Amino acid sequence: MQETVLTMRGIGKAFPGVKALDNVDFTLHQGEIHALMGENGAGKSTLIKVLTGVYTMDDGEIKIQDRSIVNHSPQEAQENGISTVYQEISLCPNLTVAENLFLGREPRKLGMIDWKTMNKKAGELLSSLSITVPPTRQLDDCSIAVQQMIAIARAVDMHCKVLILDEPTSSLDDDEVAKLFKLMRQLQEQNVGIIFVTHFLEQVYEVCNKITVLRNGELVGEYLVSELPRVQLVAKMMGKEFDDLAEIKSDTAAHDIAKEEPFITAEKLGCSGKVKPFDVKLYKGEVIGMTGLLGSGRSELVRAIYGADKPDKGTLKINSKETKINVPLDAIKKGMAYLPEDRKRDGIIPDLSVRENIMIALQAKRGLFKPMSRKEMEEFSDKYIDLLQIKTAGRETPIKSLSGGNQQKVIIGRWLLTNPEYLILDEPTRGIDVGTKTEIQKLVLKLASEGMSVTFISSEIEEMLRVCSRMIVMRDGQKVGELSGDELNQDTIMHTIAGGESHHE
Amino acid sequence: MSKKSTFKRITGNHLFFPLVCLFVVLVVNVIKTPNFFAISLNNGVLYGYVIDVINRGSELVILALGMTLVTAASKGQDISVGAVMAVAAAVCTQILSGGETSVTQLQNSMLFAMLAALIAAALCGAFNGFLVAKMRIQPMVATLILYTAGRGIAQLITNGQNTYIRVESYKVLGGYISGCPIPTPIFVAIAAVIVIALLFKFTTLKLYIESVGINSNASRLVGLNSTRIIFIVYVICGFLAGIAGLVNSSRIYSADANNIGLNLEMDAILAVALGGNLLSGGKFSLAGSIIGAYTIQALSTTLYAMDVKADQLPVYKAIVVIIIVTLQSEVFRSFIKKLRTKNTGQGDMAPGKEG
Repeated sequence: MQETVLTMRGIGKAFPGVKALDNVDFTLHQGEIHALMGENGAGKSTLIKVLTGVYTMDDGEIKIQDRSIVNHSPQEAQENGISTVYQEISLCPNLTVAENLFLGREPRKLGMIDWKTMNKKAGELLSSLSITVPPTRQLDDCSIAVQQMIAIARAVDMHCKVLILDEPTSSLDDDEVAKLFKLMRQLQEQNVGIIFVTHFLEQVYEVCNKITVLRNGELVGEYLVSELPRVQLVAKMMGKEFDDLAEIKSDTAAHDIAKEEPFITAEKLGCSGKVKPFDVKLYKGEVIGMTGLLGSGRSELVRAIYGADKPDKGTLKINSKETKINVPLDAIKKGMAYLPEDRKRDGIIPDLSVRENIMIALQAKRGLFKPMSRKEMEEFSDKYIDLLQIKTAGRETPIKSLSGGNQQKVIIGRWLLTNPEYLILDEPTRGIDVGTKTEIQKLVLKLASEGMSVTFISSEIEEMLRVCSRMIVMRDGQKVGELSGDELNQDTIMHTIAGGESHHE
Repeated sequence: MSKKSTFKRITGNHLFFPLVCLFVVLVVNVIKTPNFFAISLNNGVLYGYVIDVINRGSELVILALGMTLVTAASKGQDISVGAVMAVAAAVCTQILSGGETSVTQLQNSMLFAMLAALIAAALCGAFNGFLVAKMRIQPMVATLILYTAGRGIAQLITNGQNTYIRVESYKVLGGYISGCPIPTPIFVAIAAVIVIALLFKFTTLKLYIESVGINSNASRLVGLNSTRIIFIVYVICGFLAGIAGLVNSSRIYSADANNIGLNLEMDAILAVALGGNLLSGGKFSLAGSIIGAYTIQALSTTLYAMDVKADQLPVYKAIVVIIIVTLQSEVFRSFIKKLRTKNTGQGDMAPGKEG
């Protein structure tokens, strides 16, 4: 067994009214990739924040190797050898790669920054980690994945002993994830201990050695990945035996749609620079999936239908009647609803209450001069808090203080309240715990069975296969295929996404 | 236990700090001028420092209303309101005087003149709104145009003259309605507050403004037209500035393009901030801004009462503002919180007695 690099013992942290962490232990060895798992609100982020000095802990002890430490700030944590790379890149997009790597510790000559040495050292560092990007390139010209790797490289170069990766893969596509994993394994060989926080089970089993599971702020246990089957892991996270996922699958198989008049027909609809003209027919009572790599145009396609990006080509018919949709409000009035991909940027209105966040779409639909009564609003919000089992202190709590999964449920409630005929869900389950994920998938199927037309977008093909009865495949801003029935399997989808060769064989 | 939670509820209220500030300023007033709260009835009208504060503060309250809305929706301020006041005053007096520099008789109907003035002010607001909402220019930059040009426009309208309307009926708006002991501007300010409050009650404007101010992307996707909402808010702000301009013009029964509403835009912004509203937009409280406006006016009156010269006034005002703003800052508050948790128990109750 390798030497222990990080020991956390009896960690406790309370917030007003909530015990976020209670007597949690965590141990990390050198050269270990250790997954930190748990549902939303299990205490993962709190534990990370305590470790990195964002929060001060109430009880417990943190040791790096054998030295007891107290971190008051992320800087202090970094000096103690703990570095964090967050999902959102915290580098400067307008500086070069080299500048970002050496920011605050630039090599100097005569008091001036020694650019030559800096770029040279940056080059060496990057090539040692097999990151192929010129050090002089501006950071925002690099892909998100490369930016993330640069953030990691920076952490590594600052001699970190513990590297925390907080949801690093949630905005990466498969290829980029593979590259990231390669880098992680390389660091593993250099004896860096890595804490990997993620929601993706597959990734945990692909790259990690150990798993620590938290639930409701308490430690459930530490396990070797090789000794813990997936179902067991899920059960541990949720605190119950779990075979709901399998149940859903059989549901879909039995689901059959009477294809009559399509609810929405797009003919040569397109939006310059975003998505090339496409034809799509969407039926009632059907869950249709849009798949493709990130940036393939799967989100842009639905945005064009919804009017989030105003389409400049083609026509859109609703119930066979040609309709012009210029802004989202037009779409809402025609019975559409859209849960956007980026919850933080496009979904929640952070400072407003859960109640206001739920009722705002319906209110916008009704208009400026028809405010809902207080009673009506309270009834509606209570109904959806109840129906979707949203965990919130109350309906007047600002939505920003809810966990990610519950925020997402609020947004779903917002749209269900408008009583839509067509519901677009763009990555509704990203960054959400397994339990809520299943709830959302079940809800989607239920809505479709009640006659709603649903479009479902997800990066996880397994999830799509579970809920969709038909799939549209996108590549480079273009619709490249439509799959249904027997074609709905991982292989065919992969081939269609990747390119036409397999069809020509 | 319940006592503590009441205390917490009171201090946690968003109006707590603005009220404390007002209270402190008033206490200082009473110490410096013991007859501060004394009100007397002379010649059928009320006199007293308090009446003076409320009366003189009317324009500021009216401006602060508009400024609050603009700040909330567009995450920026309208710095042209002082100049817009001058424009409204110029339009009104010019129509009433019919082009003369001094008249003792109205040349046109007062209603017509005032309506025209308000429309001119609303147009100024619309111009600002167009630049901010449609052209996406930063509010400070967009309104800088009328801030600089507004007084020039007012000068153009009045041909560079100070037009005097020496007619009793024109002095009513800034003075007294005959038989009523309370100054008219107070009624105007109250009316403005009520109208805006009714607007919020019977429309969803408040929710829309907050939503757009907090997250315009998300607001657009739920079907709000943020361009239109920001535009409307600027028009309202301009219109309110017009009302303030008329009141101010009536007080001096003239249009002094160089002095009407001078530097008042800064006081209005300050009132918004003192009211506990974020200048970066989002959720807002009109009540807070109104309290803020009266706090500033009370401060000015205090300083005058203490024989501070008019040109030295800004220095003292600045000092007080620094103190008030520091008291309200997050950093200071968490510092106090820390102090309180350090000596738990005693610390909790001590400030409770004060409040």
